[in-house]
Amino acid sequence: MTAADTTAAGKPVADLPPAPALWCSGLRKRYGRQQAVADVSLEVQRGDVVGLLGPNGAGKTTVIKMLLGLVRPDAGDAMLLGRPASDPSTRVRVGYLPELFRYQPWLSAAEVLALHVRLSGVDVSERDRREKLALVGLAERAGDRVGGFSKGMQQRLGLAVALVAGPELVILDEPTSALDPVGRVDVRDIVLALKANGVAVLLNSHLIGEVERVCDRVVILDRGRVAASGTLAELLGARELRMHLTDVSPDAEARLAATGAVEREGEWFTVALPVHDDGTAVPDLVRDLVALGARVHAVEPARISLEERLLGILRAGEVERGNQ
Amino acid sequence: MTAARTVLTIAALTLREAFRRRVVIALVALTVVLLVLSGWGFSRLAAEQGTDTLTSGQARLTASIMLNLVMFGFSLIAALGTAFLAGPTLSGETESGIALAVLARPIRRPAFLLGKWLGLVAFGSGFIILAGLAQCIVVRLAVDYWPPQPSVALAHLAAQTIVLLTLAVLLSTAVSPMASGVVAVGLFGATWIAGVVGAIGRSLDNEAVARVGSISRMILPTDGLWRGAMHAFQDASAVVEFGGGSEGEAFPFLSAAPLTTTYLLWAAVWVLMIWALAASSFVRKDL
Repeated sequence: MTAADTTAAGKPVADLPPAPALWCSGLRKRYGRQQAVADVSLEVQRGDVVGLLGPNGAGKTTVIKMLLGLVRPDAGDAMLLGRPASDPSTRVRVGYLPELFRYQPWLSAAEVLALHVRLSGVDVSERDRREKLALVGLAERAGDRVGGFSKGMQQRLGLAVALVAGPELVILDEPTSALDPVGRVDVRDIVLALKANGVAVLLNSHLIGEVERVCDRVVILDRGRVAASGTLAELLGARELRMHLTDVSPDAEARLAATGAVEREGEWFTVALPVHDDGTAVPDLVRDLVALGARVHAVEPARISLEERLLGILRAGEVERGNQ
Repeated sequence: MTAARTVLTIAALTLREAFRRRVVIALVALTVVLLVLSGWGFSRLAAEQGTDTLTSGQARLTASIMLNLVMFGFSLIAALGTAFLAGPTLSGETESGIALAVLARPIRRPAFLLGKWLGLVAFGSGFIILAGLAQCIVVRLAVDYWPPQPSVALAHLAAQTIVLLTLAVLLSTAVSPMASGVVAVGLFGATWIAGVVGAIGRSLDNEAVARVGSISRMILPTDGLWRGAMHAFQDASAVVEFGGGSEGEAFPFLSAAPLTTTYLLWAAVWVLMIWALAASSFVRKDL
């Protein structure tokens, strides 16, 4: 084999897009009689921010712990940054803030960061470490023992720990549970800054508004399974249209149904608009309805919030289980 | 290379924890109290009874028994200290969540466990060797007695501490921090009593009772190693002076014979086995 051949053979590999920051398939975990995770597959592309949503006990934290090797999955595969998650060295460039954030109370904040840098085996200068503490608002407390920190400060320290070793993937499990509103905004800014720097983030949060603001994609877990996943636009079905109509003929009703799912409350009709709309759906619908003899009194755009969508999905799941 | 770095980092962290959590200060305070009290006791013994009322053999016997008695106190402190340190540092960390962030780093769990264990070994055996040596010096100054094999004796005491803390480490991978400390110290005490019972059985030529001591010494080698330590601390003539083989053997603070190489090898194998069990239990643990 000549050098040219080697280059030619190597080129397609080099041209391949990088492996996803996080990928898992068919993860399962049972604790005694409780099936914590039944079948979870998900993917986080490089530089993407993916939100993990779901009710308490849906298996979100267990999924995260299986990805990080803290819990042994009963079945399934997982890869972090293109390498098998079962190999600890895969986690060199992975940052993690646990839901249960506790750090050695007998160490100072700076010492906790130094410990994590040493354990990750990455060179991080003293200045960079101090910058991370400043980023989470703990610059003044670097030398203080963690034992004297409030919960909020410990969570901020946890965020600095997750970010200190130059991660390419950051997994944040309820990162704002102990933070005040200002702290929440800080975390949001940090996540957006990570995204801008091409760092992938998996964000598990109860705060739907938070997820809606920063995430590109959302995965909804319910009872250990993926109940829904997709981009925000896909999940929210883009928009809805509320219309006050009278003299609606069967043809006009058919025209409404052709646009999307219709819900009717007296003279008010709510129509789901197509996800990929080039801006013609609403004017075309109004024109056709008028042509079909309907009288249009009001047309209001409505947006489904992620919260409504999440509740809708979870309730639909309950109804389905009830029917079974 | 990375595994070695993990082991050393965690070992240093464990030692730092022992210092920062004031375990060292507490131990030093206890040790000083015990040293001062024993120093006073030994000097009173020498002053009141005087060398003229005791033969030199009796004086050496008294010094041997007293030294073994005080050393038992130190080995108890070391046992309690390391067993109750092993619990919080391992199962306490997994319970509180401190271990979550640490074990999500690119480190292997056996390396983490080895680091913890080495830190505890350094702490426990460091304490017992320094305290034991200080006690030997106090006895030398008070009654001019120097044990025949101080380094062998201190090495046995350190080995005894290592055996017990390895057991505490195994327990702390499976049960709560408090339970692991209580069970380790409880087993330590039970083995010591079984050893005394076995020795009484031997002095009475009762095979069945004697076997209690032999079996307990195989199951948990703390008492066996303690008897080896006593033998190296006490004067060579002490057992004979006490009244011959069988009586000396039954007395809990004298030891009739040194340990065999086979027994020492068994103690080493025991530590390896228990450590391997602890590692396999810890690797499988869901955090």
